[in-house]
Amino acid sequence: MRIVADSARLLGAPGLIPIASAHIDGALYHGDSGTLFAERLVAGGARVAVRATLNVGALDLTGCARVRLEEPARSMARRMMEAYRKLGCEQSWTCAPYQAGHRPAFGTDVAWGESNAVVFCNSVLGARTNRYGDFLDIACAISGRAPDYGLHRPENRRPTLTFDVSGLPAAFLADETAWPVLGSLYGREVGNAIGIVTGVKKHPGEDALKAFGAAAASSGAVGLFHIAGVTPEAGTFGKIEAETTIHVTPEMAADARKRLSTAQTVDRLDAVAIGSPHLSLDEFGALERLLAGRKLSVPLYACTGRHILTELDKAGRRKALESCGVTIVADTCVVVTPILADRRDGVLMTNSGKFAQYAPGNTGYGVLYGSLADCVESAVAGRPSFAEIDR
Amino acid sequence: MSARAGEILVPGAAGAGKALVLTAPISFWGGVDPKSGRIADVRHPQHGEIIAGRVLFLPGTIGSSSASAVLMELVHSSNAPAAMVLHEPDAILLLGLIVAREMGWQTPVAMKLDRQHFSAFDGHRVEVTAGGMIRAVAAA
Repeated sequence: MRIVADSARLLGAPGLIPIASAHIDGALYHGDSGTLFAERLVAGGARVAVRATLNVGALDLTGCARVRLEEPARSMARRMMEAYRKLGCEQSWTCAPYQAGHRPAFGTDVAWGESNAVVFCNSVLGARTNRYGDFLDIACAISGRAPDYGLHRPENRRPTLTFDVSGLPAAFLADETAWPVLGSLYGREVGNAIGIVTGVKKHPGEDALKAFGAAAASSGAVGLFHIAGVTPEAGTFGKIEAETTIHVTPEMAADARKRLSTAQTVDRLDAVAIGSPHLSLDEFGALERLLAGRKLSVPLYACTGRHILTELDKAGRRKALESCGVTIVADTCVVVTPILADRRDGVLMTNSGKFAQYAPGNTGYGVLYGSLADCVESAVAGRPSFAEIDR
Repeated sequence: MSARAGEILVPGAAGAGKALVLTAPISFWGGVDPKSGRIADVRHPQHGEIIAGRVLFLPGTIGSSSASAVLMELVHSSNAPAAMVLHEPDAILLLGLIVAREMGWQTPVAMKLDRQHFSAFDGHRVEVTAGGMIRAVAAA
């Protein structure tokens, strides 16, 4: 409660409000300090007062993938995950809790951590949360309260900026890569402002919105976006008089796409990673269709939650994917913990704007950005393969 | 030599060190190595600089909600900045200091100062008092 109150004071919040649920990002091991904090809470007899799902940890407790975390870090990471279980959190271990049955109702106040989950919860579900940092999320879950400020207040959810994509070709907007690319551009352009995307004619589907939000929240400090005609609050503001309008041109989109790649060359490939945020069942379906039973030449890591693993196992789909050479990673992912081979000059291909943002800093790999189809063809061929180089 | 009074965001120990004025916002998680304090984001203009022991001027923060965990780990492993000067209070990053204080660890002071004043401290050794004065004391 002291942490919640101190944060409220720092932010100038007039008081605290009750929350309906929490999503906890604090159980990922970055060093011993976080484990010591979680165990301090357990020792003090703390329990969560509201439903609290857990974001990824640093270990794959399902045993699907081998995490190269050495002792003593490995034991500390396991102790940390165990401490959050003892606090009463659900063992969801996913960064896509909203696709694992945790979907707060429109208009409810919640305290969520994990930048992509926050932006999805606000924007696509219309529930209300700020970008809760590690440790404040669990403090809110235990106290059942959150500081009354920011995105909890309806007046702060109004868009002040328009991000107009009507100047982009319909074919580009229909392509799956449009959404992570536009998300990374959006995040860089708007920072922490609330924007409304206009010029989208067709609902792009939930997985596209997931990819857009995740990319935007890693290149910027985006906690909420609206898309006219698509997201649930977009039509509730009456006439919007935006202070700024960004007219997105094909050149801006092409440049944003180029910036997602950092690798200097396109003639080698060491690994492919997909699933940031965690893959949905639909996305696994797309992977299976593109792979069509072929064998991979370089490892392809498919990151997901145990909620999806259960479904894949039921139908024998996990075995089939693994026999093609796919490594399924559950409970965690390849940029938050060492799973990729330790290779300083490695090249990683991904279709995720969020992986593209964080992989160089966290794994040391250079990144090549491509569509899911490019990722699969490249993993089969063992070298980068792009359907269209200069889209 | 420049001197400015800042507003204290999170109280902490006074500190001194060479100024590190970031010219772009950063995500501490994925952008700063929690083991060494090195800026690991290859797209950041100050990539490769070490924030440990520096007076860190932050024009803004972006990205992950684990920034607080990275900053707390830097405090715990004695790799934190000597002091932090932020353009605006950041609810995620500063939690790292709030929680570290709860744990009884010594944290650097975090101040608020308009980013237009940052460049005056660039290239200098800077002292930040626990009371909120930010002073350039020598060319670094």
